[in-house]
Amino acid sequence: MRLSLPGGIAVAGLALAAVPFLGLPPFYESFLYLIFSAVVMATSWNILSGYSGYFSFGHGAFFGAGMYTTATLAGRFELPFLWTLPAAGLISALLGVGVGAVVFRLRRLRGELFALLTLAVTFVLATIVLNTPIDGGQGVSLSAVPLPAILSSPSSTLYILGLGMALLTLWISYRIYGSKLGTGLFAIHDDEDVAEVMGVPTFRYKLMAFGLSSGLAGIAGGIHAMFISYVTVGETFSIIVPLNVVLMSVLGGTRHWLGPAVGATVITGLLYGFTAGDYPVAGRAAVGLILIVVILFMPEGLLGRFIPRLQRRRRVTAVTAVTAVPPATVAAPAPAETLLKISGLAKAFNGLQALDGADVEVRRGEILGLVGPNGSGKSTLINLVSGHYRSDSGNIVFAGRDITGLAAHAVARAGIARTYQIPRPFAHFTVLQNVTLPAMFGRAALDRVAAESEALYWLEFTGLGDKADALPEDLNLHQRKFLELARALAAKPSLLLLDEVLSGLTPSEIEHAISTIRAIRDRGATIVFVEHVMHAVMELSDRIVVLNYGKVIAEGRPDDVMRRPEVVTVYLGKPHA
Amino acid sequence: MNFPSWTLLGQSLLSGIFIGSLYGLLGLGLSLSWGMLRQINLAHFALAFLGAYLTFQLTTVVGMDPLATLVVILPCFFAFGVLMQWLLSRFAISPFNSLLVTFGLTVIIESSIQWIWTADFRNLESSYGDMKFKIGTLYLPLPELLTLLISIALSLSTWALLRYTDLGRAMRAAAEDGQIASAFGVNQRMLALLLSGMAAAFAGVAGLCLALSYTLSPSQIYAWIGVVFAAVMIGGLGNPLGPLVAGIVIGVAEAMTMALISPAWAPLVSFSLLILVLLTRADTI
Repeated sequence: MRLSLPGGIAVAGLALAAVPFLGLPPFYESFLYLIFSAVVMATSWNILSGYSGYFSFGHGAFFGAGMYTTATLAGRFELPFLWTLPAAGLISALLGVGVGAVVFRLRRLRGELFALLTLAVTFVLATIVLNTPIDGGQGVSLSAVPLPAILSSPSSTLYILGLGMALLTLWISYRIYGSKLGTGLFAIHDDEDVAEVMGVPTFRYKLMAFGLSSGLAGIAGGIHAMFISYVTVGETFSIIVPLNVVLMSVLGGTRHWLGPAVGATVITGLLYGFTAGDYPVAGRAAVGLILIVVILFMPEGLLGRFIPRLQRRRRVTAVTAVTAVPPATVAAPAPAETLLKISGLAKAFNGLQALDGADVEVRRGEILGLVGPNGSGKSTLINLVSGHYRSDSGNIVFAGRDITGLAAHAVARAGIARTYQIPRPFAHFTVLQNVTLPAMFGRAALDRVAAESEALYWLEFTGLGDKADALPEDLNLHQRKFLELARALAAKPSLLLLDEVLSGLTPSEIEHAISTIRAIRDRGATIVFVEHVMHAVMELSDRIVVLNYGKVIAEGRPDDVMRRPEVVTVYLGKPHA
Repeated sequence: MNFPSWTLLGQSLLSGIFIGSLYGLLGLGLSLSWGMLRQINLAHFALAFLGAYLTFQLTTVVGMDPLATLVVILPCFFAFGVLMQWLLSRFAISPFNSLLVTFGLTVIIESSIQWIWTADFRNLESSYGDMKFKIGTLYLPLPELLTLLISIALSLSTWALLRYTDLGRAMRAAAEDGQIASAFGVNQRMLALLLSGMAAAFAGVAGLCLALSYTLSPSQIYAWIGVVFAAVMIGGLGNPLGPLVAGIVIGVAEAMTMALISPAWAPLVSFSLLILVLLTRADTI
């Protein structure tokens, strides 16, 4: 029988639990404890930063908050040490969620700004702790705090606590890795806007990850306070803690649940090796050098480099075993019913009026062509309906429900899906994973297994069946466009917004795409499509809406609308007298 | 709370301006490489300290005048900056990864400093240290005054270089849109090398000022990072006058906090300012 990776870790954990009974000198337990502590720190950091890509430099703050919680509760108020640990975790988690709730509201938060913000939080916290009775500038001693006799000696007790915490953290990280939360976080890492539009509640997911990540670091801090037994601000809130954590995780690989643990073990061992050999300075220099070499030559880390190959191979067999299941066909209802009603929609960007009070109605079961010259507001309309932008004024009513101002993921849940003119696949997801995500997070809200077979169905439908295990970078433009389509379809939307799916395709590819769009409508979807390829618009649309300067200037049957003088003027200019 | 005397307040204001100008000087190179090369060069601080230790070495062992050490330090640091850019540009790394790589470099430089000069505190004893001007009841120590003048001179001349010379215009164009600038005949790679060299040379100058006014120890490298980053962000990336102005604002705010409340609360000022700026201006920086 082949042992799985998590199984192997569990067995190793059990074996390590026997170490205190071997009668080794306490030194070994202390050394292993330091590794466990580093594993907890790096792995918990990775739950937010590795998975979602928001690199925090504030992990020291949460670690420190945990340390000071335990130091205060156990050292000053004489609470039993073990009881302070949940409190340490809770305080740190609340701190993380609080910071996240403020920081993640920023619309365009770039990675380096997040890093700086979290680092600044560390120093602010340090100053507050230093100047209030929490520390008072003296440091807090825990030498008088009794350690519960879980095992015979103090070092064994701390060892077993550290081990338990490391296993717990690894287990949580592993579970998230394979869960819906994990999938959502990895999608955020690759393209947060697209993840949100496909139904991932990005704000909530980031907060959850931040809370878990900081909470686990807080508990680790609580235990560590007892281990060092004398807590000072200078040592606790230094910039070295977060930098080491980042280094460990990046070295091991941030896209894998086990990566940070591997990095933590290597770095802790290495640093210790140099310290023991009386070359602590050389050890630090070596760590610096390793960091440079890893970032430049192995940006995906040790595990990132070696594990994917194994996974890819296993994935292929799994996929071929599943047979495509056709989705339930929706009976086409009477076409007159209004599905989407947009009234008076307006949006300005820095004074430029992109949409100026547009009224558009989409009937259930129809294909509505949205045309107009460049800059007429077509894409803005799609961005507003899908919830990517918030309108300045006006209403959007979808299936009898007012969805104006709803977050994009809620709009997706309500049953609206869109494609992007320039395909935006999740770069680190396989083609199949790219299509599975919307099936899990969109209107269909399927579990992973059902979502995967749904995704396979739409991959077959769009002719990408044999590309399921490829990465998006391996696809040509035509295939990427169809991947966009498959992603939108897998959400089983009742309204499909297509943003220039035909642009950049060759004539024969366009013919293929037109027949595909027809086939989609025959399955009961309502389609709004923005397009410049006029013969496709004329051929496919039941009705056409023409936009110019953010206003609707014509609306009706294709052959009728395109003959109207105001439309001709917009496209060809005014005839000279 | 008893109100401090006007002399004390005036002296605090002065010392705030002085330390603020050093924040600005340290931030100048950082801001240039961040704003124009898209690199967050953490190693800038380590480099400045290396410069400070070199000044210390050349002054106390070789017996040079502190200001004369620039003749040695500037070309060496310029060459180092060029070399670093040459290496980094081969790997086309993201801004975030540049932060990690230069952190690695920081650790290496810090270890080297510790290995050569040990972790003990080093103090440069030069003739400058004893010179003080007195205006009324206020003292103006020469090293700090020099720092202020150098910082103003460098910031202004960098600003003028970027604004009024063809070279500066080409640099700004390359920073704005490298590809388009290249299409118009701007040699982007050369400019990046030059800019990185300049930034490193600025670190050397900042090092001289550090050595003149402060006691040196390798671990002090990290003490400046937060506050200088705050000055750079508040001043606006790539704006040569920004770090100086923001640095002085922070320095004065800190000094006032020290005088009016308590020295230990001073770090709160700069970092609260930084957080505030990041939260309110995340879109524009």
